[in-house]
Amino acid sequence: MIDFETPKPIKQVCNVVETVAVNMMRPVSRYFDEHEHEIPWDFINFMHNAIRSMGGTSMAPKEEKSAEEGGEKRPPIGYQRLGHMVEMLAWGDAGLYLCLPGGMLGSAAVAAAGSPEQKKRFLSRFMGEKPVFDAMAMTEPQAGSDTSAIRATAVLDEETNEWVLNGEKIFVTAGHKALIDSDGFVVVWASIDPSAGRAGMRAFVVEAGTPGIKVTKLEHKLGIRVSDTAAIVLQDCRVPFENILGSPTVEKSTKGFKGAMATFDATRPIIAAQAVGIARATLELLKEELEKNGITIRYGLPRQKLTNIEREIIDMEATLRAAWLLTIKALWMADNKIHNPKEASMAKVYAGDAVVKITQRAVELLGPLGYSRELLLEKWFRDAKITDLYEGTGQINRLVVARHMLGYRGKELR
Amino acid sequence: MYSFQPSEEQQMLIEAIKRYAMDDLRAAARDAEEEGQLPPELIEKGWELGFLQASIPEAYTGFGERSAVTGVLAAEEFAYGDLAGALAVLTPGLFTTPILLAGSEAQKEQYIPPVIEMEWKPYTAALMEPHFDFDPNALKTTARVEGDTYVLEGEKCYVPYAADAEAMIVYASLEGVTQGFIISAGAEGLEVGERMKLLGLNALPLYPLSLKGVRVPKDNRLGGEAGHDFAPILAASNVALAAMAVGVSRAALDYSMAYAKEREVFGVKVAQKQAIAFMIAEMGTAIEANRLLAWEAAWMLDQGKEEAAKHAYLALTGAMDTAMMVTDRAVQILGGHGYIREHPVELWMRNGRGFATFRGLAIV
Ligand SMILES: Cc1cc2nc3c(=O)[nH]c(=O)nc-3n(C[C@H](O)[C@H](O)[C@H](O)COP(=O)(O)OP(=O)(O)OC[C@H]3O[C@@H](n4cnc5c(N)ncnc54)[C@H](O)[C@@H]3O)c2cc1C
Repeated sequence: MIDFETPKPIKQVCNVVETVAVNMMRPVSRYFDEHEHEIPWDFINFMHNAIRSMGGTSMAPKEEKSAEEGGEKRPPIGYQRLGHMVEMLAWGDAGLYLCLPGGMLGSAAVAAAGSPEQKKRFLSRFMGEKPVFDAMAMTEPQAGSDTSAIRATAVLDEETNEWVLNGEKIFVTAGHKALIDSDGFVVVWASIDPSAGRAGMRAFVVEAGTPGIKVTKLEHKLGIRVSDTAAIVLQDCRVPFENILGSPTVEKSTKGFKGAMATFDATRPIIAAQAVGIARATLELLKEELEKNGITIRYGLPRQKLTNIEREIIDMEATLRAAWLLTIKALWMADNKIHNPKEASMAKVYAGDAVVKITQRAVELLGPLGYSRELLLEKWFRDAKITDLYEGTGQINRLVVARHMLGYRGKELR
Repeated sequence: MYSFQPSEEQQMLIEAIKRYAMDDLRAAARDAEEEGQLPPELIEKGWELGFLQASIPEAYTGFGERSAVTGVLAAEEFAYGDLAGALAVLTPGLFTTPILLAGSEAQKEQYIPPVIEMEWKPYTAALMEPHFDFDPNALKTTARVEGDTYVLEGEKCYVPYAADAEAMIVYASLEGVTQGFIISAGAEGLEVGERMKLLGLNALPLYPLSLKGVRVPKDNRLGGEAGHDFAPILAASNVALAAMAVGVSRAALDYSMAYAKEREVFGVKVAQKQAIAFMIAEMGTAIEANRLLAWEAAWMLDQGKEEAAKHAYLALTGAMDTAMMVTDRAVQILGGHGYIREHPVELWMRNGRGFATFRGLAIV
């Protein structure tokens, strides 16, 4: 039965998160935007304690208990819940959201591809006293969208039964916090057989304090400045054999790589949720400012009777709502274990476009106010753009959608 | 609890409509468009699928319950076949659904059964008016009280089957508020003009109307003496048209996508060119996005949510732009061949442009 009712537990958690966004994020948004690379410890510690007191280890969906384990037989809503929380946190501040301990891309990879022992070993650290961070390092200077071009290598030292990692990674979100500021880890992608292309690619968990891994640089960015974006060098970095995620042997297939990509089926709609959150913040502020100037939106009129501003806002609202519904649908599919790569990428394409357009239009529509740093609008304009870039650019996600629609493989549409 | 899964019953209905839409409506669409008429058997066959009958409660001789969600699912599938045919099959709903939604008990009992029990017959409604800034909530056709009748004056247009209609609802402004009035065929002062010639929808007979002092008994005001709220009627129409815009868009997408996978250029299929593949990805994404917008608005209507009317309006706004974008691109993807009337994409482009204009031409 088609239903658009937000489940009650999600509504409740959203109310809590909204309070956080209003009281803990918005008031410090500007400060951290202007103090790049300063770590928002107050916010982080507050959130860490809040998440712990709620009994969670991170924001990531818990594994649903099966009926035999005493779990109730309700439709799973973990990803939908996460999507709502992320939307609200990004509404607060997308950069601060990215500073949250635990539950980011690194642990998503462990959760998706790790064995039960690995999950226990690597994910239990998020429950401790102190906030701990995780990150994922795929991108290299010469390999962004084309992940098959990565050059980092992992060679097994059979004597010590360790993997020896070498290579250079860039743009690692929270890389510094994961390796330097906490006992976290980075999931590093490297090839165990460079001649095998994607089939040789594997993910390795590299823990903080491992000799041979170094943060060499923090990027200065257009937006989300409070989130650290690190460059990392691996030089004969040795990790135990058990730190490989997935099979240690190279099969002919690209299953290992596909496993990694499957993480995106859940994380891409989460990026879409970030986009929706920023767009909603923008649209709300835009309407508030207009209202102060006596402009209210007359919904229901034919376009011929609308002013340009009304028309733009109505179009933005329709687009934003549609983006949100695409996001929820992709997450609902993930929760119900329905294969969703097409829908996940659709959500990201549409929401990424929507937030970029909405923030850009809003800055224009508010004239000198919009361009000024007195409002957060110009910051959101800068923050928004990242959602159209990371975890697959708009173009890469269009490729994914098109391939699924057309039934093409990668080599038929590249 | 979110769910995007139609019920089994809805699924069965969609399947039945889909077959009819492809095997019958689509198959007949081009000839109907060129000849300017839809074969009566074709319409009757669509009517017999029983979509409208199933949205009317037993008390009024139907066999179901109205659901806007079921309605948008059905409307999209009908329109996927052919828009003119879809509008024709659903035309009697323009009369019965507003009566069901807003009519008095007496009106429901009197007017719904004769439509529902019989074969398809032209019952219709007149909302649109011939002004560039036509606004359903600011009609220029007026109704004024004179003794125990209302007197209607004004001009209407885009009225389906007006020339043959047994009865219709005419919307007019009563002291600035849009109200429906039930008028029987042959009412004095009701003049049906010459059939309209339009950019698209040539298969569907649409007429202008003049109302020159048409007298309507007080009992025939929709909702009876107290009248009615027009908003839910307009909202139910907006979601229907939004769903149909999605249906037409999907038709254009599927056709152009299939073509792009066949046609070769520079040694590869057209679809293998990113410029084309990206258009296809965006078309598919916009269609899915706007379908969900229509679904949600319909769901809100069924739930009686306060925001439903606004969301129905947003859904139509989004879907009409999507229809224009997608149908235009479908022609583009076929290149020069898209411009030739042998392919349906040019028809869909003409029909697609209409959704910004059409108001009240369908309701679910
Ligand atoms: C703030 C920030 C945080 C990030 N966090 C992480 C992280 O935590 N972990 C991580 O591994 N990476 C991270 N990234 C990296 C990000 O995922 C990449 O930047 C992104 O995938 C694009 O790669 P690129 O920058 O090398 O661009 P390129 O791949 O060089 O792309 C350049 C342009 O070409 C287009 N293009 C590329 N391929 C195609 C194609 N086949 N068809 C059409 N167009 C194409 C792209 O869309 C883009 O417009 C982050 C990046 C930023 C900016």
